[in-house]
Amino acid sequence: MLSGFFVKLKDHKIPVSIKEWLTLLEAMQKDVISPSIDEFYTLSRMILVKDEQNFDKFDRAFGEYFKGIESVAGVELDVPLEWLLKQAELNLSPEEKAMIEAMGGWEKLMETLKKRLEEQKARHQGGNKWIGTAGTSPFGAYGYNPEGVRIGQDGSRSRSAVKVWDAREYRNLDDSVELGTRNIKVALRRLRKFAREGAPEELDLDTTIDKTARNAGVLDLSMRPERHNAVKVLMFLDIGGSMDDHVKLAEELFSAAKTEFKHLEHFYFHNCLYDHVWKDNRRRHSERTWTFDIMHKYGHDYKLVFVGDATMSPYEILQPGGSIEYSNAEAGAVWLKRMLELYPRAVWLNPEPEEIWPYRQSIGILREIMGGRMYPTTIQGLERAMRALVK
Amino acid sequence: MRFKGSEAYVSTDDLTLAVNAAITLERPLLVKGEPGTGKTMLAVEVAKALGFPLLEWHIKSTTKAQQGLYEYDAVSRLRDSQLGDPRVHEIRNYIVKGMLWQAFTSETPVVLLIDEIDKADIEFPNDLLRELDRMEFFVYETKELVKATQRPIVFITSNNEKELPDAFLRRCFFHYIRFPDKETMEKIVDVHFPGLKKSLLREALEVFFEVREAPGLKKKPSTSELLDWLKLLLAEDIPPDALRAKDRKTIIPPLHGALLKNEQDVHLFERLIFMSRQRS
Repeated sequence: MLSGFFVKLKDHKIPVSIKEWLTLLEAMQKDVISPSIDEFYTLSRMILVKDEQNFDKFDRAFGEYFKGIESVAGVELDVPLEWLLKQAELNLSPEEKAMIEAMGGWEKLMETLKKRLEEQKARHQGGNKWIGTAGTSPFGAYGYNPEGVRIGQDGSRSRSAVKVWDAREYRNLDDSVELGTRNIKVALRRLRKFAREGAPEELDLDTTIDKTARNAGVLDLSMRPERHNAVKVLMFLDIGGSMDDHVKLAEELFSAAKTEFKHLEHFYFHNCLYDHVWKDNRRRHSERTWTFDIMHKYGHDYKLVFVGDATMSPYEILQPGGSIEYSNAEAGAVWLKRMLELYPRAVWLNPEPEEIWPYRQSIGILREIMGGRMYPTTIQGLERAMRALVK
Repeated sequence: MRFKGSEAYVSTDDLTLAVNAAITLERPLLVKGEPGTGKTMLAVEVAKALGFPLLEWHIKSTTKAQQGLYEYDAVSRLRDSQLGDPRVHEIRNYIVKGMLWQAFTSETPVVLLIDEIDKADIEFPNDLLRELDRMEFFVYETKELVKATQRPIVFITSNNEKELPDAFLRRCFFHYIRFPDKETMEKIVDVHFPGLKKSLLREALEVFFEVREAPGLKKKPSTSELLDWLKLLLAEDIPPDALRAKDRKTIIPPLHGALLKNEQDVHLFERLIFMSRQRS
């Protein structure tokens, strides 16, 4: 029953499981809803979709599968003209309004629209004349005709004119990021090292019993600090230039790391590490942190994580004065080696896909400096990196 | 046993359907939505409307799943043993029942609210899978199985601070409370301030939705902020005229501190108004 719909959802990459599907069928059997397509839409969405980011995908799949069915349910296409006028005015920029003038004015456009509405009786998608979605006709939604009148994107949910799933109100929330922060966090967990530090506030039952027994049965309470993650991480993030393509990924990685580690310090650098880094990208020229200061400040049990695409000219790594931003007295390779000597636990995370690494000379050089500890920013790469850090 | 909204809570059609489906199929209902759209209030109102007692379990970052089931109070037992209390021989006396246990063994059906589940540790929802699915758990200290006599109606709220694991999501129904449109908002205000002057309400709502539309706000004002603001407007007896201006974009609404809770947002908002003043 309805298994075509299930397949359709799968086609749209919505993560539905068979268990959820059976639940939906169970719900139908128990007559939770009255036989109306609106209620079926709400019910199936609440059971099958568990993330508002997927609502848009679901709306599209639903629209495709049930195309034509809504007319069976007794709903006719009925667009009040006043509402359209108001809506269209809201959506038009001055240039667009000028264009409408060019087409013969507002009245004419509306007249044509009215005529078409009368001609057209069914819902329509694509094409260049009929009112519908995703076409190039001047009437309809999601189209590319600049003279177009939008139908079906009203802010409030007008039940009479547009079906809810056609309104596709969750458009902005959809982002098909492959690495959700949850996955990153789970990968970062490998790095956890539990230790008891700080104020004693948890009852240590074993020690208490032991001490009480030694005390000939007189109670002797023993407290200990709570266990928490004691891993310390220094994170260096490449920023700007070729990294612009990877900003989103770097942000996710960073936000996941930020919540996962209690002791996390982060610094930014550009392309390669030199004698200074910075903490705030807006004040990168006024508020610098000297790399030497970092070496002196942070204990050597800190773990280093570099995040960068390592894509640059080899001179930027190997030559003094090779930096593209200023004249550096010592080569980037020298600084990196210095850091690596002090902090033996270090990895480099590279957002570029692993397959192309051999074709970029600078990646090869940095990989060699890192002693092979360069990993791609996939879940599997992150896990390998974290394993290398705890080794 | 159907929920139809209540006197103090305006429930949209799809929310009502979601609640009723969750009740009929005995599945937990996961509710998400912008802060201040009434996620927690939903459970309170459903309990009130159906006449069931409400058990609230508020989750903090330190909350463990075990605390919802039961806790073994070893310290009391140890102390009692020192004082020679006869209760000490029965371990049952030192098992403190958690919210889930109370909900499972209740005589009447109950509404259980697990509030802000995203605040807890990332593994927290995974630790509750069997408990929420089969509504049973095992007490190791007394070797007994606690099984729900009547499955409680479970509401779970989340503010999306952490993603929830798939295995957990599969066992829940999901509803995303959309931000109410103007019509619904009028109904909501009406429920909270019956007899509010129509003119004031209209002006206030206009201002409110305009503030929400301001681009780049860190925290958009929500329903609860609107209600607070209206309360202030009433208390200060501000006339509707004060909210009305020829070009509304050029005045700063009175008492806007109730709507914008963030210093940067207030600055941004003032700058926007300043800019539109210059333009006009």
